[in-house]
Amino acid sequence: MPLIFVGGLIFGFGLGFSHMARPEVVLNFLQFEDFGLLFVMGGAAVVTGIAFALVPRLRDRAPLTGDTYGRRLKSFDRNVLIGGAIFGVGWGLSGICPGAAYASLGVGNVTILWALAGMFVGAYVQGYWRSQRAASETAAARAD
Amino acid sequence: MVSELFAPALYESLFPAGISRYAVGGLLVGLGAVVIYLGTGIPAGASTFLESTLSYVSGQSRFQQYVSSRDWRVVFTLGIVAGAFVYALTFQSGLVSSGLYEPGTTGQLYDVGGFSLWLTDVQPWRLFLGGILVGIGTRIGKGCTSGHGVCGVGSASKTSIVGVITFLIVAIGTAQIVMALGVSP
Repeated sequence: MPLIFVGGLIFGFGLGFSHMARPEVVLNFLQFEDFGLLFVMGGAAVVTGIAFALVPRLRDRAPLTGDTYGRRLKSFDRNVLIGGAIFGVGWGLSGICPGAAYASLGVGNVTILWALAGMFVGAYVQGYWRSQRAASETAAARAD
Repeated sequence: MVSELFAPALYESLFPAGISRYAVGGLLVGLGAVVIYLGTGIPAGASTFLESTLSYVSGQSRFQQYVSSRDWRVVFTLGIVAGAFVYALTFQSGLVSSGLYEPGTTGQLYDVGGFSLWLTDVQPWRLFLGGILVGIGTRIGKGCTSGHGVCGVGSASKTSIVGVITFLIVAIGTAQIVMALGVSP
């Protein structure tokens, strides 16, 4: 837990330092007025890319959890496109994504609570709907 | 800056605030994710927190599946808030400076106890409505800018690369349309 806090600390400091915690800067990027944000996402992905490629070759298991080192691989289906598109509309409208929203609160931006409230509402709505659908599918399968 | 030696006008138009604060910030974001990965083997993402935290108050199965990870996700999020706050007390307040850090001109700075905090000018309805769509989309799409964008792309995951391309293109289109409609800020 202390290590996760330290990791989050560095992560959040980076989001503040890079100005990605400011919706205006994200919107300036999406509106082609300042392409600097490419270096935030690119720089971060290069660092994780090196670590995710090297660490599994050097060690088998993580010291704190005993978990094996793996890559972040998720199965591809239609949801990746549908969800990605919905997220894209939200990101393009507001200029804020989840990690940057938490960091935005840290730099003093209390107005971002609107976005955080929205994110919880959105996460709840999709979770409620998908939970109900999963339950009714299970019930239907039992009825068969 | 090497890139300023050739085509300075082009560089200035593409990167009016320079690239160093973005690059340094990005490297730190990656480093934060790597610290967690080294210790725990977890490729962290920020948006699962939205659902895992709802499991404290809702019994829905979608949220309950995250019960085992919800505690560390709260710690991760508090770390992000605290890290950004440390930045606010140092670089944002001007108490620490560096040639690699370019202060911004966006939003409003306000003073609390000698420190500079920052407020966005982006209108609340954009943040709220956009936030709802971000909450729905990141969870259906299996990840956000950190999960897909940082850890997924870093894993060379095809799913994540397709996810990033999808939300990036749609976000650019949306932001351009909103701007064309005259909505500002």
